[in-house]
Amino acid sequence: MTESPYLPTPQFARWRKAKSSAVTGILVACALAVIAPLFLVIYFLLEKGFSSLDWNFFTQLPKPTGEVGGGMANAIVGSVVLLAMATVFGVPFGIFGGIYLAEYGSDRANNWIRFAADVLNGVPSIVWGMVVYLLLVVPFKGFSAYAGGVALGLMMVPLVMRTTEEVLILVPQSYREAALALGVARWKMIVVIVVRTALKGIATGVIIALARIAGETAPLLFTALGNTFWSHNLKEPISALPLQIFAYGLSPYDDWHRQAWAGALVLMALIIVLNVTVRVLSRDRSKTD
Amino acid sequence: MPAPGSRGPDIAFKWVAMFAAAMIVVLIVMVGWELYYGSRLAIAKFGAGFLWSSEWDPVLERFGALPFIFGTLVSSLIALLIAVPLGVATALFLTELAPLKMRQPIIIAIEMLAAVPSVIFGLWGIFVLIPWLRDSLFVWLKRFLGFLPLFQGPIYGLSMLAAGIIIAIMILPIVTSISREILRSVPNLQREAAYALGATRWEVLKIAVLSYARRGLFGAAVLGLGRALGETMAVTMVIGNRPQISASLFAPGYTLASVVANEFTEATTDLYQSALFEIGLVLFAVAILVNAAAQVMLKSMSGSGPVKVN
Amino acid sequence: MKASPAQARTVEAGLPAEAEEVAFDIKNFSLWYGQRQALQDVTIRIPAKKVTAIIGPSGCGKSTFLRALNRMHELTPGTRLEGSLRHFGEDLYGPGVEAVAIRRRVGMVFQKSNPFPTMSIAENVLVGLRLNGVRDKRVLQSRLEESLHMAALWDEVKDVLNRPGTSLSGGQQQRLCIARSLAVQPETLLMDEPCSALDPLATAKIEELIQTLRERYTVVIVTHNMQQAARCSDRTAFFYLGRLIEFGNTRNIFTSPSNPQTEAYVSGRFG
Repeated sequence: MTESPYLPTPQFARWRKAKSSAVTGILVACALAVIAPLFLVIYFLLEKGFSSLDWNFFTQLPKPTGEVGGGMANAIVGSVVLLAMATVFGVPFGIFGGIYLAEYGSDRANNWIRFAADVLNGVPSIVWGMVVYLLLVVPFKGFSAYAGGVALGLMMVPLVMRTTEEVLILVPQSYREAALALGVARWKMIVVIVVRTALKGIATGVIIALARIAGETAPLLFTALGNTFWSHNLKEPISALPLQIFAYGLSPYDDWHRQAWAGALVLMALIIVLNVTVRVLSRDRSKTD
Repeated sequence: MPAPGSRGPDIAFKWVAMFAAAMIVVLIVMVGWELYYGSRLAIAKFGAGFLWSSEWDPVLERFGALPFIFGTLVSSLIALLIAVPLGVATALFLTELAPLKMRQPIIIAIEMLAAVPSVIFGLWGIFVLIPWLRDSLFVWLKRFLGFLPLFQGPIYGLSMLAAGIIIAIMILPIVTSISREILRSVPNLQREAAYALGATRWEVLKIAVLSYARRGLFGAAVLGLGRALGETMAVTMVIGNRPQISASLFAPGYTLASVVANEFTEATTDLYQSALFEIGLVLFAVAILVNAAAQVMLKSMSGSGPVKVN
Repeated sequence: MKASPAQARTVEAGLPAEAEEVAFDIKNFSLWYGQRQALQDVTIRIPAKKVTAIIGPSGCGKSTFLRALNRMHELTPGTRLEGSLRHFGEDLYGPGVEAVAIRRRVGMVFQKSNPFPTMSIAENVLVGLRLNGVRDKRVLQSRLEESLHMAALWDEVKDVLNRPGTSLSGGQQQRLCIARSLAVQPETLLMDEPCSALDPLATAKIEELIQTLRERYTVVIVTHNMQQAARCSDRTAFFYLGRLIEFGNTRNIFTSPSNPQTEAYVSGRFG
């Protein structure tokens, strides 16, 4: 064997190796840097929020400006109400849209609809607030819980639609054929066989969407608006945890800052619970991964 | 064929499903139309000049979007400069280096980071990040890079740079997870080809993985940009909300989304509100274009397997 | 029928005792993927500047064996091995021996052609040299031409060197990958079923090329195609269930195998 004319020198080989090790180190450092904010956020949520959590926080209304004490009871209830309304409004659209994509649509139409859904997902949430303001707040002459629910619901539609489509497609074709062969009408086949088989997956998709919108503030700013008392009428403004955190966080009062942290901790806990539920529900689906 | 008696419900069901799916496309058009409708007063009054006027004076009712466009672009750019290298590096770590047991916990942590609401990042920004930036990082930047106009002027804490950093944290999860999908779609044979030539690990990443995936990674960055442009609450809380164009990153700024969030309910006159609608229209148009571009890029890249977005 | 390593050794001893240079000297080599043993106690001396074919039914460990020869198997997590593997006297797994250095000396061609899609034909050929720090334009140019000549591809691509490597036909791409491996001047070329994705015409070209490669390189080729092994190799090793059953001159293996399992396989009765 003739000696290679360019045979790499040992120094050069060492340099290549060192470069490779350095890059490895940098990649590890980057990964740590990416997850560090999560721990910093959680740490401060616990440190600043936990001590402020007391019975009053969950049961009392906000105190008038400047007064110490009070709680966010109305905001917690308001968030639950708004999420429920968003679900009622957004989920049917999402599920039926997903059914269309999985069961009826032609490839071309589906491509366009999926594309539109993915693009809608990227629309800044504040834009939804403005649009619903024009659609519901101006004509009905006032901010309302309805408007807030619709704004959040609209944000759920593309999310639920895409996840529904994904799980419906996973239902084996043979189930459909078996049902049709029994002389079942197509719509019944879809509802009784396809949707029922995929129900868990659809529910998971809905919870994912809920987790995504539970912390949304921007779409509520000019729809639900927020208030500091119990709402008894869905045609009136309603408070929500994110709105209250925003208002208190920007206020000049220490006691309100304290409560903002407590509210943030409760909101984060709610979102973590939703996410854990998703993990538990989708555990046996993850085999396909 | 279904039984004849069931044709009616069958057709009705199909139409309901079709209507729901069509809603998605209708929604995009409707949002655009509504925003245009809301901004017609401002469009009539200021015309195209709205986009490059830097005046924002609600009292004299003179409105221009330039400071907000500037603030949105600069804060998003800062965010991308931080988030894209970090996100791609983390994705590389996760797909190429990390031991299998380590991958899942990191992926879950990144998903959790994505789940933190904007308003919580804002709160954390005001009370944790901003004081730290003001007292250490900004002081340090000013001392060592103060010869650049970017790092001159008084330090308030609330600033364009703080907004950029917080947006970076918020878009990191999506940039990382899309990059990971892209890197996972690089065929193993490409890596083996490089290894078989005697490439070191870094050389394999460079010649086989990154170059193969570069278009998809660009798509991930564009998608990150789309998210960055529209971030609202956290930005509103840390950017300082001042409609000015300043060379210094320590100076407060304003973005399209944050001016709407901040001033919409205070907009007392029709023209003022209309100007804010036009700001929303600009934001919507840019977001749609950027997101559509990202989707097209990611789809054209994923020949070897679907790249799942969201 | 149970194969034993003792048998394999006997067979090897039966080879012509000419004083030939040995490329790979492998003794008592075993390899595990986690708990599963993929290779058992393989002892074999692969001659230099000859073509050695490795045959055997799917899952017999022939690809694993090949990938151990330039430590490519290390990319699969959880592998463990025992025994001694020497390449021209150098211990492949000795302390301080870098896989990177081994792989430059022991090149590899894969089942499916895998040119780098973002590089031109010329860049694909030269990428290994560039990694090794070669910057001299004259050296690069001459290595480019020489490698493409060696891979019998020069005449077909000399006018389109700047086109992407992936613009070539399947057979051309595989020859481009061979040129890419040859450019770093390895001593040995490992080929893992290089023709399994190619049509007969392209296969014939690669086989022809393998004949010329033996003048300068040691070639070890894994193939599931026994005609191919018979046509283009000097020596043939038959693997079965992770063991080396028989190793000898190709003609002997195909005409008068000494092991009944080998005979059953080459006559097409199983596998």
